[in-house]
Amino acid sequence: MTIRGKALIAGVYEHPGRELPDRTLPQIHAEVAAGALADAGLTLADVDAYYSAGDAPGFGALSMVEYLGLDCSYIDDTETGGSAYLVHVQHAAAAIAAGQVNVALITLAGKPRTGGAGPGGSARFSSAPEASFENQFGMSVPGGYALAAARHMHEFGTTSEQLAEVKVAASTHAQHNPDAFLRDVVTVDEVVSSPVISDPLHRLDCCVITDGGGALVLVSEAVAASLDRHCAPVLGTGTSIKHTSGGRIDLTHTGATRSGPLAFAEAGVTPADIDYVSIYDSFTITVLMTLEDLGFCAKGDGGRFVSDGALQSPGGALPFNTDGGGLCNNHPANRGGMTKVVEAVRQLRGEAHAAVQVPDCELALAHGTGGSLATRMGSATLILGRST
Amino acid sequence: MSDLGPSGLPVPPPNPNLETQRFWDATAEGRLELPRCDNCGHVVWYPRQRCDQCGSTSVTWFEASGRGTVYSCTVTRRIPGSWRAAAPFVLAYVELDEGPRVVTNIVGCDPETVHIGQSVQAVFDPTPDGPALLRFTLA
Repeated sequence: MTIRGKALIAGVYEHPGRELPDRTLPQIHAEVAAGALADAGLTLADVDAYYSAGDAPGFGALSMVEYLGLDCSYIDDTETGGSAYLVHVQHAAAAIAAGQVNVALITLAGKPRTGGAGPGGSARFSSAPEASFENQFGMSVPGGYALAAARHMHEFGTTSEQLAEVKVAASTHAQHNPDAFLRDVVTVDEVVSSPVISDPLHRLDCCVITDGGGALVLVSEAVAASLDRHCAPVLGTGTSIKHTSGGRIDLTHTGATRSGPLAFAEAGVTPADIDYVSIYDSFTITVLMTLEDLGFCAKGDGGRFVSDGALQSPGGALPFNTDGGGLCNNHPANRGGMTKVVEAVRQLRGEAHAAVQVPDCELALAHGTGGSLATRMGSATLILGRST
Repeated sequence: MSDLGPSGLPVPPPNPNLETQRFWDATAEGRLELPRCDNCGHVVWYPRQRCDQCGSTSVTWFEASGRGTVYSCTVTRRIPGSWRAAAPFVLAYVELDEGPRVVTNIVGCDPETVHIGQSVQAVFDPTPDGPALLRFTLA
């Protein structure tokens, strides 16, 4: 059985706030839920399945279903960090294809900017079996990704200037997004001359830290047909967990080497068919390695691929993250997967900002990376189509 | 702020458990012991009482050489919290001669002189509780 086309994304919402000191986490979950349902033309009473991840307070979905006042017969608390919301789309699509769910709601909310929680959040579980062998050595989140970047540079000759091209493209898009946390266009020189956090990553290689959230609503074909809204069919999905393999980690690739081919095969398309990509951009190196692993260029050629404005929209070979991404726009709860799906749906609906809208965008890919490139990650790839 | 070890870096105490006590007891004596699978010979990292490659639960501990090579490294210059005062310091993956790649620090040298591919030797940085952290110096 395939889920291809059986479920559609009918509603998306990105909270416009980037600093939300006057709201609780459940309030933000409720705001984004209301936003996505309104976007779809549905209400809380229509929801029969709810999905949340590690950002949901308390008992996760169990607590939030009660807070939101939902009546659900299906819940899912799958937690893979920032990619969880893409995994939720896969799971919701499967449940919808199986006839078990009609309207699925996925929410994300967090306050790392004003709420006191530092970057990384719940990723540092002290009870994890690996904890005492990784957490004793001062591995910050940027430090871990720097290890991956340093090895990629060593093996393939990737340069800081090439990494900077990723940030430059994101900033070029963010100037058009009035909600973006950082709206100034930056140059390669400005990126590589910003303070080094962990060699070779500079401050401007790192994503922003923002409060906020987002939500998605997935529906069955029957529900979609009743809505007065362009819905984006889920054509292909893939998830993989890449880890340290008993101490033989290869730092130069991501879980996208498996999640990507799964999603492409299910959708029946190839990288050359994709019009727009939302690529998780916790750091510039995350984007570069993910593009290689998804097959948009050969392994090791990511640096050359992203140069000369290839990621800029419109006009670049592969327009990416037209909202400004996590590098410039928003990285709510230190989890960037949700906003990747939101912008992909905007592109497929023709509702991205006019300055960055990809003409005739028919096929979009969204990819999430949760955890860390330096240890273990949950990778998730979605391929979405345009409603007919 | 954690206490500092002889390396000058923080030495946050680990949490030994039933599976890893032997590893930590050895570090307290300045030795690196690793579990090797009795079925397939895989040297398992991080230490545990099972083989992640073949699923065997039979492993035998042995004393490793303590020699290795820098697989990747970064000089962390800005970091929040208890490590702030230790910066700049070298965070690294070292590939042990026995196979595993381990998260660690390279200590006892100018951070700017550490590079991928260099040979390194284990040193044991004692924590206040007795177990020592596995760190490395340039060989």
